[in-house]
Amino acid sequence: MTQETATEKKVNPLVPFLRIPDNYPDEPAYLWGSKCKSCGATYLGSRVACAQCASTEPSFEEVRLSDEGELYVFSVVHQTVPGLEAPYVAGIIDLPEGVSVRANVYGLDPLKPDPSWFGKKVKMYTEKVRVDREGNDIVAAKFRVAD
Amino acid sequence: MRDVAVVGANMIKFGRYPDKDVVQLASDATIGALKDAGITMKDVQIVVSGNLYQSNAMIGQRIMKEIGATGVPVINVANACATGSTAFREAWMSVASGAYDVALAIGSEQMGKMGLLGAEGANREYSTEGVMGTGLMPGVFGQTGVEYMRKYGVTQEQFAKVAVKNHKHSVHNPYAQYQIETPLEDVLNARVIAWPNTLYMCCPTGDGASAAVLMSAEKARQYTTQPITVGASVLTSDPYTERNPIMFDVNTLTRNAAKEAYAKAGIGPEDLSLVELHDCFATAELVHYDNLMLCGEGEAGEFIDRGDPYVGGRTPVNASGGLLSKGHPLGATGVANIVEIVWHLRGQAGARQVENAKAGLAHVIGLGSACTIHILKK
Repeated sequence: MTQETATEKKVNPLVPFLRIPDNYPDEPAYLWGSKCKSCGATYLGSRVACAQCASTEPSFEEVRLSDEGELYVFSVVHQTVPGLEAPYVAGIIDLPEGVSVRANVYGLDPLKPDPSWFGKKVKMYTEKVRVDREGNDIVAAKFRVAD
Repeated sequence: MRDVAVVGANMIKFGRYPDKDVVQLASDATIGALKDAGITMKDVQIVVSGNLYQSNAMIGQRIMKEIGATGVPVINVANACATGSTAFREAWMSVASGAYDVALAIGSEQMGKMGLLGAEGANREYSTEGVMGTGLMPGVFGQTGVEYMRKYGVTQEQFAKVAVKNHKHSVHNPYAQYQIETPLEDVLNARVIAWPNTLYMCCPTGDGASAAVLMSAEKARQYTTQPITVGASVLTSDPYTERNPIMFDVNTLTRNAAKEAYAKAGIGPEDLSLVELHDCFATAELVHYDNLMLCGEGEAGEFIDRGDPYVGGRTPVNASGGLLSKGHPLGATGVANIVEIVWHLRGQAGARQVENAKAGLAHVIGLGSACTIHILKK
């Protein structure tokens, strides 16, 4: 019989809409969202009610979001707070389920931003980015240009 | 709703005032506006004070304790960068509704050299900043510009031309924090903050205060022969759009506000003598040419290329130098834009005066989002 102790390390997602399965990393983490059963609008993570149809009888189904999407637009952030890596490509990724997500995008030269980046196919991966004060690993979703 | 006029308008030079507090700055601006209107605090029936960073600190009442605590109603307003313009709108509403005859709107902010807004939280262990994209303003407005680039093929150089124009205008505005001309090559060669915006394409933080006295049209006739009429006062929030709020949409609510404002004022964009719009970043100004319908859809690049938004051009935009030069003390900005329009309509704008100005539009966006548009007429 195993007993969970206070010192046992966990793997926590950076954001609530990234789900980390119990047997991660053998089973990959994935983004999830909520689809409004009334109007079909889809959101990252959970919602109280729907911003589009404003139904007072909210009803959502959980959807597993694709790992692959397209780079809609981007900026290249050069000046940020101390401790963060820069420059980096800060993208808005459109996923096929009708949801967009903010993400760092790798595999593009941040010093040569170019309109040819629009619509680039990108693929999600996860990476440990920090350790929290309780010693748990924090995992984030990132994207790289698909092969 | 009845007609409302602006009878007093004033602002202090935006900049950095480490030896004064925000109440002193706001008091200086307010006393100037009262004198301009020819009244004292004893004539004011309601005060609306906009301040963002001290929105829980009763700034309006503190100003009155400094310059005239008369016991009238005070409303403290916060609405992101649209804080000051929302205060003006609430003052307008108080008079337009018939509830009061004389209202005072004040905008103030003391930011000092606070740098990137929101940066203080960006190193918390569960912060997404720089790890999963960006939510800080330079990157967000970089993306806004890049979206317009994707749709209509504009270039970084066209965005840079906005900064060239506003800094050129600023040379003639003694109220601007910076009055330094920046040629195109300097703008393009400055360090990148968040592409496509370089340093000179981003507004600085700072301290500032501004104030306006509003009266019913009837009351205004007792005080001035030159009342400036509020033709439209519009406030919108961002409606649901597919990518918002993952990607803030500053376009839809501005277009909605513009349509409503033109309809209410009974004029179109072609009738505007000048525009003060929310150029927190050069990219923002370019997309708002389009959103405010100063140019045809997708034609903002040609609009700046032709020099249309220069003083002397088709529709002068940000004759003040804009936020890029004036600085952007958040709560002060929205009232200050209106003050600038009032000065032009009265012919009091000095070397930057737009000749024969008859109607002007002031636009502000607070991200999250709130948009105000005010159209003022002679």
